Amino acid sequence: MEMAARREPSRPSAEPESAATAVRLDGVKVSFVIRGAAVFDAVAPTSFEVREGEFVSIVGPTGCGKSTLLNVTAGLLKPSAGHVEIFGERLAGLNRKSGYLFQQDALMPWKTALDNVAIALEVHGTPRKEALEAARGWMGRVGLARFCERYAHELSGGQRKRVGLAQVLIRRPRILLMDEPFGPLDAQTRQIMGNLLLGLWAEDRKAVMFVTHDLEEAIALSDRVVIMSAGPDARVIGDHPIDLARPRDAAEIRLDPKFHALHKRIWDQLREEVAKTYEEGAR
Amino acid sequence: MRAASLKLLALQVLVAVVAIGIWHVGSSVPIAGKYFLPEFFFSTPLDVFQRVVKLFVSGEIWRHLWITLTETLLAFVIGSAGGVAIGFWFARQPLIAAVFDPYVKMVNALPRVVLAPIFMLWLGLGIWSKVALGVTLVFFVVFFNVYQGVKEVSPVVLSNARMMGMTERQLFRHVYWPSALSWMFSSLHTSVGFALVGAVVGEYLGSAAGLGYLIHEAEGVFDVTGVFAGMFILSAFVLVIDWLVTLVERRLLVWRPQAAVGQT
Ligand SMILES: Nc1ncnc2c1ncn2[C@@H]1O[C@H](COP(=O)(O)OP(=O)(O)OP(=O)(O)O)[C@@H](O)[C@H]1O
Ligand SMILES: [Mg+2]
Repeated sequence: MEMAARREPSRPSAEPESAATAVRLDGVKVSFVIRGAAVFDAVAPTSFEVREGEFVSIVGPTGCGKSTLLNVTAGLLKPSAGHVEIFGERLAGLNRKSGYLFQQDALMPWKTALDNVAIALEVHGTPRKEALEAARGWMGRVGLARFCERYAHELSGGQRKRVGLAQVLIRRPRILLMDEPFGPLDAQTRQIMGNLLLGLWAEDRKAVMFVTHDLEEAIALSDRVVIMSAGPDARVIGDHPIDLARPRDAAEIRLDPKFHALHKRIWDQLREEVAKTYEEGAR
Repeated sequence: MRAASLKLLALQVLVAVVAIGIWHVGSSVPIAGKYFLPEFFFSTPLDVFQRVVKLFVSGEIWRHLWITLTETLLAFVIGSAGGVAIGFWFARQPLIAAVFDPYVKMVNALPRVVLAPIFMLWLGLGIWSKVALGVTLVFFVVFFNVYQGVKEVSPVVLSNARMMGMTERQLFRHVYWPSALSWMFSSLHTSVGFALVGAVVGEYLGSAAGLGYLIHEAEGVFDVTGVFAGMFILSAFVLVIDWLVTLVERRLLVWRPQAAVGQT
């Protein structure tokens, strides 16, 4: 595995217009057929882009289709209409350029934490010894050096997420899809994990699609926050650039007056849009 | 902790002592001129013990134990191999599974004892008719568990492995196979037990060697002491095998949080 070139971590967060598009959703619509009868339009035609090196958060109420959009981007789910482009190429089948940290537990329970991380390299032909060594390094980086020999059921929910993170990052995918990676964590640990993630991300600046319920977390971490409306027929109702300086501290940034201004602006818009959505729905 | 387990052991030994005591008194002390457990029907603990010792000292028993063990192992290995192969095949080919479903259920519903004479007709009185009987028992236990194991792989684990870039072969090796094996191992006690049942029942119904044969022969001449000695050795044999299985299971299923899921 070659090391991706390190970029200047304190680069301004706003990407130059020239940065290539890593992910483009073009009119992606998802409908589920429920038990062969009723059709449920989960996501209305949606378009948006994530540029190379950009950290984009997706925020929305539960059940609005955030996981669904990530599944589509990962190539695990075919959209009912529209298409996905990855680095300018139309996606057919699995999206091999991205790593996906699932919302649910996805570790192989019959492998130790270390083996779970190492296998991600072994699968691509890295000799076992080398893979184990690299995996040990990654376990250290996510703060689990002492938990290498544990099985999934011997780890806490947050520890499992971190193993999952190492498992995804060790492959150095160019796109990172994360579905509520800090879901089961307490507020304190969330911030520690947020900083950990920012640190790892700063090393090689992948394109990130980060799903969360937590608007503050989204603002603290991202370059852009995308807001989705409640489903069915969920759609993007807001797309806010976050021009806070990097590097950031996920905890301290929340005290920044600029952070407050952003939070208020997005929150106001969010409230307005949600109210509108409900009015439209009621008519 | 240690004291507790010592106490448990003492109680367990006590149960044996009381049971043997009742047996001994009933069979050798007349109560109101009558034996509560007549020797002709129940033998006596001492006789049975002497018979067991004699069987081991004369070395006669080893041949029988060896035969039964061989049959058990063969039945287990062949039945498991078949169960794993067919279980996998059916799980990955839903159409085939659907087509064969009623027949699998039909054959599995059949009490195996009725098959014994047919196997003897086909395979003779040697070990293979017993192995075949054991295989019909082991196969289904393993088959159902492997089928379940492949079917029950968590879709998220599967998607994750796919996203990792696993090919179909790697998925088989790192996901389906361990899942299926874990289900199979979780039924190890049952399947090894069934292999032994097949062997002993087969021997009992017609053979020239093995523990089942030993018991059957003793019964033929109303040698109750021989029957009891045979049963005693058989249960001890089962306990040893079960203990070995537990050891194997502990090693193989370390990653499992809860006790294994039993079958049947
Ligand atoms: N396989 C499916 N069949 C039918 N409906 C589905 C299916 N998967 C998801 N849905 C529906 O699609 C909608 C979006 O689901 P999704 O899992 O993407 O929500 P989410 O935004 O990730 O929610 P959460 O924040 O709770 O994880 C939901 O209303 C859900 O009921
Ligand atoms: Mg979700």
